[in-house]
Amino acid sequence: MQTGNSSIDELLDGGYEYGFVTDVVSDTLPPGLDESTIKAISAKKNEPEWLLQWRIQAYRHWLTMDEPEWAHIAKPKIDFQSISYYSAPSSMKEAPESLDDIDPEIRKTYDKLGIPIEEQMALAGIAVDAVFDSVSVATTFREKLAESGVIFTSISEAVHDHPDLVKDYLGSVVSYRDNFFACLNAAVFSDGTFVYIPKGVKCPMELSTYFRINERNTGQFERTLIIAEEESQVSYLEGCTAPMRDENQLHAAVVELVAKTDATIKYSTVQNWYPGDDQGKGGIYNFVTKRGDCRGDRSRISWTQVETGSAITWKYPSCILRGDNSVGEFYSVAVARGMQQADTGTKMIHMGKNTSSTIVSKGISAGQGQNTYRGLVRIAQAAENARNHTQCDSLLIGDKCGAHTFPYIENRNPTAKLEHEATTSKIGEDQLFYCRQRGLSEEDAVSMIVNGFCKEVFNELPMEFAVEAQKLLSVTLEGAVG
Amino acid sequence: MLTINDLKVSVEDKDILKGLSLQVNAGEVHAIMGPNGSGKSTLSHVLAGKDGYQVTSGSITYNGSDLLDLETEQRAHQGIFLAMQYPVELPGVNNMVFLRESYNAIRKSRGEDELDSPAFIKLIREKADQVKLPGKLLKRSVNSGFSGGEKKRNEILQMALLEPSLAILDETDSGLDIDALRIVADGVNQLRSEDRAMIVVTHYQRLLDYIKPDVVHVLADGKIIKTGDFSLARELEDKGYGWLLDGEAA
Ligand SMILES: Nc1ncnc2c1ncn2[C@@H]1O[C@H](COP(=O)(O)OP(=O)(O)OP(=O)(O)O)[C@@H](O)[C@H]1O
Ligand SMILES: [Mg+2]
Repeated sequence: MQTGNSSIDELLDGGYEYGFVTDVVSDTLPPGLDESTIKAISAKKNEPEWLLQWRIQAYRHWLTMDEPEWAHIAKPKIDFQSISYYSAPSSMKEAPESLDDIDPEIRKTYDKLGIPIEEQMALAGIAVDAVFDSVSVATTFREKLAESGVIFTSISEAVHDHPDLVKDYLGSVVSYRDNFFACLNAAVFSDGTFVYIPKGVKCPMELSTYFRINERNTGQFERTLIIAEEESQVSYLEGCTAPMRDENQLHAAVVELVAKTDATIKYSTVQNWYPGDDQGKGGIYNFVTKRGDCRGDRSRISWTQVETGSAITWKYPSCILRGDNSVGEFYSVAVARGMQQADTGTKMIHMGKNTSSTIVSKGISAGQGQNTYRGLVRIAQAAENARNHTQCDSLLIGDKCGAHTFPYIENRNPTAKLEHEATTSKIGEDQLFYCRQRGLSEEDAVSMIVNGFCKEVFNELPMEFAVEAQKLLSVTLEGAVG
Repeated sequence: MLTINDLKVSVEDKDILKGLSLQVNAGEVHAIMGPNGSGKSTLSHVLAGKDGYQVTSGSITYNGSDLLDLETEQRAHQGIFLAMQYPVELPGVNNMVFLRESYNAIRKSRGEDELDSPAFIKLIREKADQVKLPGKLLKRSVNSGFSGGEKKRNEILQMALLEPSLAILDETDSGLDIDALRIVADGVNQLRSEDRAMIVVTHYQRLLDYIKPDVVHVLADGKIIKTGDFSLARELEDKGYGWLLDGEAA
């Protein structure tokens, strides 16, 4: 029989199922970053001059910035000259005419990942944009969506097909000056998804993007832009995976959401980038800026995230509650196991009257994982009767991991009602013994305790994905207590 | 059904059980009494297979096979149930879901079909009524914020639901009001049958009055130092343990 916590450590040893590499010939820029790199990216995409200029401006601004160091994460400084900023399968040089013309190797990759990029095989009601390294390789159901006026396309194509929309909104929520990684993204972003929902339209399908990093030594810098016109509604989901590699790889994305009067955007993420091995070797640096702008009255933006992967996660999906009576929500499950570090949370910026926000953060730490919740609730002077409810719970598995919470409140209006609750609990040997004594296997016990802990967040995910997320969490924590 | 032979157990190099032997036959109810710290919970935990105990010698045979070879959950599947002295809280895990998962895990291990939700809800309601556990406790998280007595009642509910072949109750009566004590006793008495056995660890005569165990043991300093019938419990209630311990020293 064992003593102490050694058995808890073993259960944390979950495998990573998505760590394979696809063997495709790629057209990859040599490592290094200067203005010629940016021109090369822009040229590959045949971009209009204004966009190139915007990139260059961002790049010049970036040169004046320093990598932020305030997050509760430890990592060596990134050598930005050792990264390649663009890589695309050579078969994508000539954009495939139709979904049938996609490189079979790439098609196989998505089959293996369980992502339907063939419409006839698709899950009912879900359209997919598949981004492979720096390019979108397939976008399904575009024609069907176009029938209701919904634009669902890669951002590179949107630049050509809908230049005015892109020009109006790109950088309007997250300016390139916002932060170091957002600025870098503005300079070198390669692809991502563009969504436009016209006035009064409820998007007839669930939209999703699946991000895959494949090439070695590359960074992925995608940009997503979603615009929901007045009285429209859309639900969007993104998923991500990457091969297992010994080096760290950088993923620095920017997501901008714009919700007009009475519009609703629901944005869900299931992030499962390669987390690195048990010694902390390799894994993705996931440094992402996500922000939604509730521009109109009664608009609503809801972020739900399940963050199980990445060596380091650094992201704060936020809402600017500009319109009166607008609503912002943030539901998060973040896992840090092995040597993973997560510093994640949200910002709710209340500007309009009667705005309300809800924050539910569930942090799970296991192994030597370090999980930090960092959240800001700011009530501007003009934001009469603003309300926020924050609930921030941490679950520890084993005793070498850590949970930290940094809730910041800046309140300039005395009518605000702000509530904050926080708990920390631990899955102990006693709990596992109790469950096993009642006939449950150790893995089922952990999964039951963890899923119970995350229930409020999973309830927010679209149904098919809630089941997936539960499974993912169980697999991630498999071996966490063995 | 259960044969413990010269069992020695230590925790972190400290000897706790020092050569304990015990024979429990099907159909019997045994009471174990004994001073604080004598090793009663240790024995219960070792029987249920809790980690952290080193069995340094001796054997435990359950239904003819070596119990120490089995994992905790396998023992549960084979009908061993431990009502714990300190039931554990599982925040966020709905009590009803927990009971169902547990019930079905045990059924599955026996090759029986899992019970679907409606059938299970019906069953659990009956059992809850039986042990007078308020329905609202089924909807809460397992033992989370339950009062001491409610936790114990929840243990008895689980026992009533799982119908174990060997039930071990570790001080289930401690901290209970008189009515609840009655419920625990009823729970034990209802389960009593020719093919089941029970080990009831208690400090109090009162529970035993209701249960009327077949055998009463005194466990002191890691060994059974006296075994008798029900009248031994009475004697202990009157005289305490001193006379036995002195006897042992002599
Ligand atoms: N993990 C442990 N580390 C060190 N000592 C332990 C540990 N677990 C139990 N013990 C010791 O073993 C002895 C027996 O404990 P046990 O809980 O079995 O007693 P008990 O007979 O159940 O007592 P009570 O009547 O108070 O419940 C005690 O001295 C206790 O302190
Ligand atoms: Mg005890």
